[in-house]
Amino acid sequence: MATNVSAPGGRAASAPLLGHESEPTMFELSVSGRSSYQLRTTGVPATPLDQLVPAEHLSKGTVALAELSERDLVAHFTRLSHRQYSVDLGAYPLGSCTMKYNPKFCDAIAADPGLNTVHPGVPAELAQGWLELLVSLEEKLCVITGMSAATLQPAAGAAGELTGLLLMRAFHQSRRDVRNRVLIPDSAHGTNPASVTLGGYEVTTIPSNDRGLVDLEALKCSLGPDVAGIMLTNPNTVGLFEEEIIEIATAVHDVGGLLYYDGANLNAILGAVRPGDMGFDIVHMNLHKTFATPHGGGGPGAGPVAVSARLEEFLPGPRAVRGANGAYEWQRPAHSIGRVHGWHGNAMVLARALAYIDVHGGDGLTRVAQLAVLNANWLRKRIEKTLPAAYDRVCMHECVLSATKLKEAYGVRGLDVAKALLEEGFHAPTVYFPLIVDEALMFEPTETESPQTLEALAEALERIEQRAIADPDSLHRAPQTTPVSRVDEARAARHLVATEDAASR
Amino acid sequence: MLGFLGMSSLEQLFDHIPAAVRLSGGLDLAPGQSEPDVADYFSRLTRANKGQSAALACFAGAGAYDHEVPAVVKMLSSRSEFVTAYTPYQPEVAQGVLQAIFEYQTLVSRLSGLPIANASLYDGATALVEALNMAAGATGRQKMIVSTGVHPHWRQVARTFAAGTGHELVEVPLLDGRTQWESVDLADAAAIVASYPNYLGVLEDLAEAKRWGVEHDALFVVAADPVAAGVLKSAGEWGADVFVAEGQPFGTPLAFGGPYLGLFACRSEQVRRLPGRIVGETVDSNDRRAFVTTLRAREQDIRRERATSNVCTNQTLMAVTAAIQLGWLGTQGLREVATRCAQGAHYLFDEALKIDGVRATSTLPFFREFALRVPKKASDVLRAMCDDGVLGGLSVGELCQGFDPSIDDAENVMLVTVTERRTREQIDHYVDTLRKAVR
Repeated sequence: MATNVSAPGGRAASAPLLGHESEPTMFELSVSGRSSYQLRTTGVPATPLDQLVPAEHLSKGTVALAELSERDLVAHFTRLSHRQYSVDLGAYPLGSCTMKYNPKFCDAIAADPGLNTVHPGVPAELAQGWLELLVSLEEKLCVITGMSAATLQPAAGAAGELTGLLLMRAFHQSRRDVRNRVLIPDSAHGTNPASVTLGGYEVTTIPSNDRGLVDLEALKCSLGPDVAGIMLTNPNTVGLFEEEIIEIATAVHDVGGLLYYDGANLNAILGAVRPGDMGFDIVHMNLHKTFATPHGGGGPGAGPVAVSARLEEFLPGPRAVRGANGAYEWQRPAHSIGRVHGWHGNAMVLARALAYIDVHGGDGLTRVAQLAVLNANWLRKRIEKTLPAAYDRVCMHECVLSATKLKEAYGVRGLDVAKALLEEGFHAPTVYFPLIVDEALMFEPTETESPQTLEALAEALERIEQRAIADPDSLHRAPQTTPVSRVDEARAARHLVATEDAASR
Repeated sequence: MLGFLGMSSLEQLFDHIPAAVRLSGGLDLAPGQSEPDVADYFSRLTRANKGQSAALACFAGAGAYDHEVPAVVKMLSSRSEFVTAYTPYQPEVAQGVLQAIFEYQTLVSRLSGLPIANASLYDGATALVEALNMAAGATGRQKMIVSTGVHPHWRQVARTFAAGTGHELVEVPLLDGRTQWESVDLADAAAIVASYPNYLGVLEDLAEAKRWGVEHDALFVVAADPVAAGVLKSAGEWGADVFVAEGQPFGTPLAFGGPYLGLFACRSEQVRRLPGRIVGETVDSNDRRAFVTTLRAREQDIRRERATSNVCTNQTLMAVTAAIQLGWLGTQGLREVATRCAQGAHYLFDEALKIDGVRATSTLPFFREFALRVPKKASDVLRAMCDDGVLGGLSVGELCQGFDPSIDDAENVMLVTVTERRTREQIDHYVDTLRKAVR
């Protein structure tokens, strides 16, 4: 494919961010006596507070917030937004995060007052639309993953992981089967081992082989009657499909363990292969990744967990179901592990995901995975002379490249490449993950970036290589054209200033 | 692009997947539809939600409140730079979100009266779970003393996660709306958890709970109403070690329960055990002020199985929204909202008690929410009120769903709240419909 940055079809952010001036905090902008709030005229008797609430409960002081005019409030947050990169601005190839374009249609659906002004505690008959939505989403997620039933309560992927582990625990306990270990590959996301600990299990780490896959022999040596299960991402965090998945599933099931599927990389396999068909018993999904709900600067997400039939009775409750008379109702599964969210989960995220699924349909979702895998492979091959892949063969939706060559030849590290990419108007890839790859740069272009944008990304990386040859020091100082340059992270940790009041100014 | 890879079809990209597990015939889902067609389906769904605010005046609360959210907050929090960014891993291009979180942390710290606040958690219930984990880490003990005045859903969530952590949850009953701390064995407690106000709306004197916390060297955790925190004694003033709250009232719509956000603040000595992200101020290489996520060594991607929590991201967009909403309210606005809630609630309470058969459940003071005992099943009373355009509250029996409500005949008790959006006319109408419904 040959093209250039001036071709039609798009590229990354056309320029670095606008917001180069430091922005005062809202407290620094505050002027005593200014305000912007306006409240409804209610006619409710204005009884003084000290006649309603005993003095021992009332604060003696006033909680000082900022005092701003509406005009200043708007200017402040608009200027902050100019200091923020986002998917809407340009390509965001942050590996393992699936930063695809978020269709505006789905946001418009979620803005409907018929959805977002419903109190979560209303009786089921007043929220029939919501319950139907939840049931429809659950059914479609089960079709996509090849599972039987799902809970929509977990608020994020990590919450889904912990929910899944508690389901695993409830399953074994119901059979009076005491097990205390969960296996995790050494390439796994950090949330996996952290969730295992909170689930009351010990972690056993399984090494990867020289092909970047689970070492099957090592896995078999670690198995025993004390193994509750294994947590796997497939494709794994190196972007490669675990080709021995059938052997892995058989081996784990043979000792009575369960298979947990971390859905972080589900975008790669939509319509191609399903976790249920691979033998997984528990699957969490990241709706904010695969189903394009906006990431919100780090939440809200949603992490539904789907299970095979034998685990359905343990799902969190209440769960929306279609009742005998056609009406929808809440039901608590027979041996439910209990609630994992204060209400019904991140409902607005669930609504967006259903809209995304309905617009794409089965054919569209299959196409999503195909193009995501195509884009990752094209980028991997296009840039192999500059940044060779850690494992040189067909990858799935993301490719893990290594900057080892640049480090050895010019003293330029993966982090320097990532920072220089910010100057080029792109978001950086994920750096130094997975841990098993030296100088790892993990790129996930997603299906929504055009060939022209990918070409622009490749050319930006080639320019960075040229700078590494000509002036490596300039890369150590990068980025300079962004709103701030490299930040002193050590100072932030050594001398914690987490609030305006802790700041010594 | 396929040619560049030496391939002739997209299918070839998946050839290395074992054929035995490949999905043949595609996903069993309907084909994709146009956006307008899907919009039609959703508008049919939304019409089936009879409980939406336009149809019913909302007097339901229990952590989810119908507060004013002005256009300026909706519009600023919808800016796509905030909406479509990810966790600020690259601070050089994420100062917008990072500074907004820093401002949010400052606001939560001031409201809680505690020096350290994190960048938010999923919701109030999961914030409580993280507080319990912090207490276990701080004390090396597993016994959690939780007042049944804590929201029943939060207690349910705490119990669910205790199955993994092995925490022992001891629930302390209420009498006349007051927690009977002395009725349980407090020895070896890791945490003493009180709610302020409690889920039935009652303002308990927290001095006693604090005293027990000190005596047993346990962390004192206060689950608070963040709006009330604008005028009531703060968690810090009561001597709390940890403050948790449901942050929905700060600019987030009712949204059928989510996404909301969990507020979390604590004392400085617990900062190394803090769950989730925290943003700190620092400088860049050119000595300009900059913000960055910090104390990262606690977190799952570095510490793995020894992390303080498995939380990866938080609810940043809701935290940014809360900062904007509190910026809009300002010092005076938050006081005004809190005061108007209390005024409306007390006015309704006094009027409702004039109805034959309707009684209070506690003699203690309340703030903006209260429980009423009615002579029929509360769910039937509420259903009848809905027919007259009033969402009259929540049935305590249904809210607790078999979980200990710590109140007699919970099926006959309804939980009622009033926000600053309810007019006197709506409240008077409420009283008329309640009178009719209990007749």
